[in-house]
Amino acid sequence: MARPTPTARRTSAFPYLLVLPAVLLFAAFVVAPGGYALLLSFQRRKVNGGLLGGGTHTVFAGLANYRDVLGDSELWSGVVRMLLLGAITVPATVLLALLFAVLLDIEGTRLRRVTRLTIFLPYAVPGVIASLMWGFLYLPATSPIGGDRVDFFGQVAVYFSVGNVAVWGAVGFNMIVIYTALRALPAELYESARLDGASEWQIIRRIKVPMVMPAVVMCTLFTVLAALQVFNEPNTLKPLSNAVSSTWVPLMKIYDDAFGNSDIYSAAATSVVLTAAALLVSFGTARLIQSRVQQEAA
Amino acid sequence: MTAMAGTSATPRGRTATAPPPPAGPRPRRIAALPTAALVLGALYCVVPTLWILVAATKSRTKLFSTDTYVPSLDLGLVHNIRDLSDYQHGIFWHWMLNSFFYATVGGVLASLVSAATGYALAKYAFRGRTALFNTILAGVLLPQIVLAVPQYLLLSKAGLTDSLLGVLLPQLFNPYGIYLCKIYAESAVPDSLLEAGRIDGAGEGRLFVSVGLRLMGPGLVTVFLLQFIAIWNNFLLPFVMLTSDDKFPLTVGLYSLLRHGAAEASLYSLVITGTLLSVLPVIALFLSLQRFWRIDLVTGALK
Repeated sequence: MARPTPTARRTSAFPYLLVLPAVLLFAAFVVAPGGYALLLSFQRRKVNGGLLGGGTHTVFAGLANYRDVLGDSELWSGVVRMLLLGAITVPATVLLALLFAVLLDIEGTRLRRVTRLTIFLPYAVPGVIASLMWGFLYLPATSPIGGDRVDFFGQVAVYFSVGNVAVWGAVGFNMIVIYTALRALPAELYESARLDGASEWQIIRRIKVPMVMPAVVMCTLFTVLAALQVFNEPNTLKPLSNAVSSTWVPLMKIYDDAFGNSDIYSAAATSVVLTAAALLVSFGTARLIQSRVQQEAA
Repeated sequence: MTAMAGTSATPRGRTATAPPPPAGPRPRRIAALPTAALVLGALYCVVPTLWILVAATKSRTKLFSTDTYVPSLDLGLVHNIRDLSDYQHGIFWHWMLNSFFYATVGGVLASLVSAATGYALAKYAFRGRTALFNTILAGVLLPQIVLAVPQYLLLSKAGLTDSLLGVLLPQLFNPYGIYLCKIYAESAVPDSLLEAGRIDGAGEGRLFVSVGLRLMGPGLVTVFLLQFIAIWNNFLLPFVMLTSDDKFPLTVGLYSLLRHGAAEASLYSLVITGTLLSVLPVIALFLSLQRFWRIDLVTGALK
């Protein structure tokens, strides 16, 4: 971005033509739906009364939908469940990814290619399919891992069971991101440490892990973003167990409002709230990373 | 695990009988513990697939009665696949084709959109470039999945729900893909080559296609596969958009089958067989494309 290209002098329509499809798609499928949801969130349906007969029309509702949505204890229980789930999935995903990446980078490790590929493969399995597979592993009637003795859908266990599916699907991709960052580090970095008699463990702790922190932070950011939008895993496990209700996490509540109760106005208001919260968290984290990187550079 | 690691411990190119060379680098130590930990991780990742393979070999009655980790050898899998193919006139195979259609067409189109935008951002100075790039960076942080319900609400106004377009169009804008393409274009497409082409009288459009797209090739394969997987894995968008089951992708189809199965347990063996059949092709695709796909490019690292 910094270096001006020779084409800078030329003013032509061509670059605009190139970016046009993306701009149109962004306007039509990000800005417009967001704006429409915002609009709907300030409206509600009113039933016509009186002698003129039935029927409904939409009226301006001000902040009433938001008041209702934010006062709905079901949404807040969903938020708490989402946070509990995130408290399991985010650290488990990032730490396992970091662990596997570091192990792959140790010189004497064998079977690197095959283990790396195998751990990465669940990334290509849709969350719904992964939940089906694990769901049948949990289900008492079919479980090969002791589901007839352990209740995988118990009050506490259900968080680990749902979280496990998400972690299973996400570790491999994050592992690759961190491993790529590790491979990009120059080998000379370790040479002098080795000559000074540093053990492999010390090199990992003092050099490798601090050096790949930016990649780890990026993985954390994307895992947090996924945790805020969790839907596929609990929604797929729902038909298999009573432990998962139809409003178990916020996104399931939005779906239930829109399609279960046909209340698109509440669904729109909840969508706006959840999108705003997710944006706040991701921008906040990104800001935090940026200022830390700048601090380190200074 | 250690035994497996041990067999490969002999350095290649040296026979077991030959004495070790007196000088030279000492043979590398095998890191047994890290290897064992990685093997454990790999097992964790592969066990559900292996179990589903075993479960798919069992007939409906055996699924709930026999030892869960012993495969059934009486052609149960063949019967299950036949039952699944018979279910609603083979709708399962429809779902499979739909998934490939959405993922392939969506992946190709999204990659082209990303390539054009990334190339423009990297190679041209134009008004609004910085603003556009910042918007795209912000787009990476956008909660895309949450948008599915608002997208449905809007598209239902436009009459585009329950159509192929309703599923495809919202998945063509891929901010991360654009970001990657910008990085690839910056490092893979030299300005001097473009200038030389201009001196030779090549138009900007031709330069984009024959120089830009060609040199960005390896990166574009990565962007395509990332988007292919994203669409292949997507559930909520098609789930809210589609109502007719002949347009479902696999994820929505199998989910609907499971929901029926809650009332009718005999459908469970169909769900299990369908799960197996839906995992295998994409794993095969993955393994076969491994040569063309440089996984390290997903972070934009070019070295």
